[in-house]
Amino acid sequence: MSSERLPIKFRTENLDFYYGPTRALKNVTIDCYDKKVTAIIGPSGCGKSTFIRTLNRMNDVIAGTRVEGRILLDGQDIYAPDVDVVELRRRVGMVFQKPNPFPKSIYDNIAYGLRINGMRDRKAIEATVEKSLRGAALWEEVKDRLDENAFALSGGQQQRLCIARALAVEPEVILFDEPCSAIDPIATAKVEDLIEHLKTSYTVVIVTHNMQQAARVSDYTAFMMLGELIEFDRTGKVFTAPANKLTEDYITGRFG
Amino acid sequence: MRKKKLSHLKEAGIRAFFFTCGVVAVLVLVGIFLTLVLTAVPAFREIKLSEFLLSKAWDPTSPEKAEYGILSMVMSTIMVTGGALLLAVPIGIAVAAYLSDVAHWRVREILKPIVEILAGIPSVVIGFLGIVLIGPALSKIFHTGNGLNAVNGSVLLAIMALPTIISISEDSLNAVPKAYNEASLALGASRWQTLLRVKLPAGLSGIIAAAMLGMGRAIGETMTVLMATGNARAFPHGFLDSVRTMTAGIAIELGEVPYYTTHYYALFAIGLVLFVITFAVNLVADIVLHKYQEREQ
Amino acid sequence: MKTSTRKGIAQAVGFLALRAAMGLVLAVLLLFLYDIGKKGGGAISWEFLTEAPRRGMTEGGIFPAIVGTFLVTLITAVLAVPLGMSAAIYLHEYAKQSRLTRLIRLSIRNLSGVPSIVYGLFGVILFVNAMRFGTSILSAGLTLGLMTLPWTVTASEEALKTIPNSYREGAMALGATKWQTIRTNVLPYAIPGMLTGTVLGLARAAGETAPILFTGAAFYLPFLPRSLGDQFMALPYHLYIMATQHHAIQQVRPLAYGTALVLIGLVLGLNMTAVVLRYRLRRKHR
Repeated sequence: MSSERLPIKFRTENLDFYYGPTRALKNVTIDCYDKKVTAIIGPSGCGKSTFIRTLNRMNDVIAGTRVEGRILLDGQDIYAPDVDVVELRRRVGMVFQKPNPFPKSIYDNIAYGLRINGMRDRKAIEATVEKSLRGAALWEEVKDRLDENAFALSGGQQQRLCIARALAVEPEVILFDEPCSAIDPIATAKVEDLIEHLKTSYTVVIVTHNMQQAARVSDYTAFMMLGELIEFDRTGKVFTAPANKLTEDYITGRFG
Repeated sequence: MRKKKLSHLKEAGIRAFFFTCGVVAVLVLVGIFLTLVLTAVPAFREIKLSEFLLSKAWDPTSPEKAEYGILSMVMSTIMVTGGALLLAVPIGIAVAAYLSDVAHWRVREILKPIVEILAGIPSVVIGFLGIVLIGPALSKIFHTGNGLNAVNGSVLLAIMALPTIISISEDSLNAVPKAYNEASLALGASRWQTLLRVKLPAGLSGIIAAAMLGMGRAIGETMTVLMATGNARAFPHGFLDSVRTMTAGIAIELGEVPYYTTHYYALFAIGLVLFVITFAVNLVADIVLHKYQEREQ
Repeated sequence: MKTSTRKGIAQAVGFLALRAAMGLVLAVLLLFLYDIGKKGGGAISWEFLTEAPRRGMTEGGIFPAIVGTFLVTLITAVLAVPLGMSAAIYLHEYAKQSRLTRLIRLSIRNLSGVPSIVYGLFGVILFVNAMRFGTSILSAGLTLGLMTLPWTVTASEEALKTIPNSYREGAMALGATKWQTIRTNVLPYAIPGMLTGTVLGLARAAGETAPILFTGAAFYLPFLPRSLGDQFMALPYHLYIMATQHHAIQQVRPLAYGTALVLIGLVLGLNMTAVVLRYRLRRKHR
């Protein structure tokens, strides 16, 4: 935990997470600052994907899961009984590890989020689609083939399409769950540039197994192991002068 | 070395045996088709094909002029099948969606076998219930005779087609990749919106195939319509009319028709028409199902 | 983040409609079972199940029909089960991906869609006339057997699919021939599943009427069938005649209900046996 004076967008307090009887997250307390990029790193199985999926309650779709502790978005507990999960997920968007465009056209992929949230005016939809594609640095590449099926795009382009799709509903937070592990290095570089740019308008939380990526892209880094938070601090400090020996061992490659 | 040769022969023999068993299926299908054709063809020595297919009058035992038009029976089949699909497709898809998306898994485990029970009720029992339950009910609601008519047939056929439609539609919805589901939810869509806008369109070809297979079942059903639709020969003018489908037409007359008369051959000709129609429907459903399975790979 | 948004209302209404559809289907099923159970139950008695009919079916029991159904289903099984299992073994263990294999599979799928009355027509030509079996248990049973064949093939193949390939590879790696592998390392594990699936097919066959209408079923026979060449009484046919062509339809209505109940009991009983068997097998093979 850092003692910054910056506004906090997401805070988890003593978060425990259970898959049935198995405790996957142990007492995790993290602050994600507004309009900053927070990276979660750690070896396989450390709970980072589980963690990020608690932030938009995607774990709710898995049967038998349980959450203890609090997760606060702008100070409000997102697991409170009167919370509208559907609205939460619009405010907190997610880009998944494997690009998952819908089997629809490029245009319809982006328009989908707008339509389900009630937008009807065709001109408004068109304008927002263009804005989102520009925001994902994809517009120039697809502007002449918006009617083509999304699967005609390359892996990297599909992932940027998914980012554009997430941007279209105007979230406040964007969660990236290992967004580059299924795409090639050049596309990865493009996505990383995009993330750098996104933080001017959105709070970003990114899970990655690629330490160099975390170091390049994020402002704050959290290191997790076996479901626990080992260290959390400014990225610069974590990577040059980690406080915990486990962190140091992981970063220098002694394990993981 | 010799031992190997003997066992090789034995293995080849066994394989030939199993191969023959496998090929039997093709032989039976071809056999049925050929039998129908060979037995139906003699009918057309006396009956004009155009009269057979287009005339509304079916009166083979008439003392003056025997008539062999199947149009009324075809229309009756179309009516009860159409009525059945009108009922069974929306309800079937709704139940499939309920089972795949709304029901808690424990509830689903109980309800699925219960729907299967519906599929297990023999057609003659369903027809019986058409006579003793549905018929009187229809007669009260619509103030028509005994309630044995096309509506009755449609309702019963819908009940018989439902388990097929439900089962295949549900498989189709469950086969939609979870990735689409998660992507939709992550954008802030509700489960209902995801079902309507992502899952149903993605599973559409499977659902269409389900409807076609249900249709095939309805077209080919015999006992239910025989017992519950009244079996009047006249061309139907409305759903409350008594109708006689092609299947019932064969079943009613085959028992009393003298062998090897034109009438006899004509009944087989109706059978041939039935075979061709159901074959075509099932073939198309098959193609649709397999195209969709391939795409999902 | 308030809960009753427009999306929430739409979902509540939508899911309610889906629930209503499910409820409708359940209600119909329950109504059917209740009606038959209640009105048929009154007619069921020991005499009903063990005696022959008397006085033109207005009194007495349906024992001969039960026997007839049992016998004809037996013939059906004799044809459909070994043949179906063998065809499935060919398709799953031997056949390569070829046009012929696709043709065989296509034929099987199409055979399951052929109307039951068409099978009846085929049975009349092939078994009753050409093979000169006449209208008999044999003709009817074989006709039903052909109709059940697609079912047994499919069910048997499903059972074979559940056997892990590692069983086969392990045996072959030790030098077993193909047939040895199948016989010792696949069939013993697959046969229970195959039989379960075929029981379901036989349950269906027991309830079918159209294929036996003209190949052997009779409404009233004074004696039990003495050989496979005899005609026979059968539960589904019995119900059909009692409900539609009997000269005293209203009077025998309770007996018809009783017949329906016995028939449903038989069919559903077989179904449930198969389901229970399948459940037990799944647990054993975890």
